[in-house]
Amino acid sequence: MINIKYFLKGFFCIKDLNSPAIALAASFIAIGALFKNIGLNIQESIFSTFLTYALPGSLIMAESLIVGASLLNIFLAVWLVNARLYPMTVSLFPSLTHKSQPRLKYYFACHFIAVSAWLIMKENYKSVQRKYRLDYWIGVGVANLSVAVSATAFGFLISDHLNKDMMIGLAIVNPVYFICVMIGAMKTIQMSLSVILGSLFGISFYFISPEWCILLGGFTAGTLAFFIGELNGN
Amino acid sequence: MATNIVLAILVTSLATYLSRFLGVITSTKMKETSKIFKWFNCLAYSTLSALLARIIIFPVGALAQADYFIRFIVIFICLMVFLISKKNFVYPTVLSALLLALLNSSF
Repeated sequence: MINIKYFLKGFFCIKDLNSPAIALAASFIAIGALFKNIGLNIQESIFSTFLTYALPGSLIMAESLIVGASLLNIFLAVWLVNARLYPMTVSLFPSLTHKSQPRLKYYFACHFIAVSAWLIMKENYKSVQRKYRLDYWIGVGVANLSVAVSATAFGFLISDHLNKDMMIGLAIVNPVYFICVMIGAMKTIQMSLSVILGSLFGISFYFISPEWCILLGGFTAGTLAFFIGELNGN
Repeated sequence: MATNIVLAILVTSLATYLSRFLGVITSTKMKETSKIFKWFNCLAYSTLSALLARIIIFPVGALAQADYFIRFIVIFICLMVFLISKKNFVYPTVLSALLLALLNSSF
């Protein structure tokens, strides 16, 4: 089923110096506190992080619950904001496939696709034998999800002690971590342009459509970066 | 609250899993060395970048309550710390929370 040695190797990546554990914990503590403030109980909060495990989607759900949006509205809004997971999956899973792994395992393992685990895997996958990459990935994913779920529960429990300034402080940790990782990933023309153009187009498209700016901005920037990179030998 | 919480959670997770699931289906026959794989790689990083830029410049939730100027100062200082500390991730992330909470409560 799962090779324990590689699973544990992936799992313990969470202890590395470039691990997203701090950023992940900070943002999910904030989510846990937010869930309590909008009236979820602790089981629902844990259940939500466990099943969704994607921060912007959880934020949208919380906002929608506050304004009493319909389920269809929630579905569409979350799908739009989390559609970035599609290119992330497509740009990672071909590196994890091996004929010895059962098909169903991929459908289970894709639940762990989230920025934090994805970035670790993009950095590390080449150092793992192809046959065991999926097991390694599941280890990375389980570790990240465990941090997220524990932090949600912790945030829920301490929410009464978190004041406004602390909540704001927690909210900046994740973006700062990801900016640092993105800068670290800018190693080729294609990657650098993807990151720089992505942020520029993301903001520009916001003025046209706040709902679609991430997808439209990301798509335009990524496609431009790809072609410019191809013309200049990557 | 009008909407049932458990149903909202299920709908949220379904909407999220859908993109992951479609991603696995698309990647089934894709080769790592193909151009289309490279293109998707660019798309993944640029979409993440667009999301990040949106979170920082047009935030929702708690971050929206911090002043633009303070947000930029914190991010700038943390980036400098990241580059000076030879790309250590712990210093800038811990510092960002402390600095923003401190600056926000002082101004």
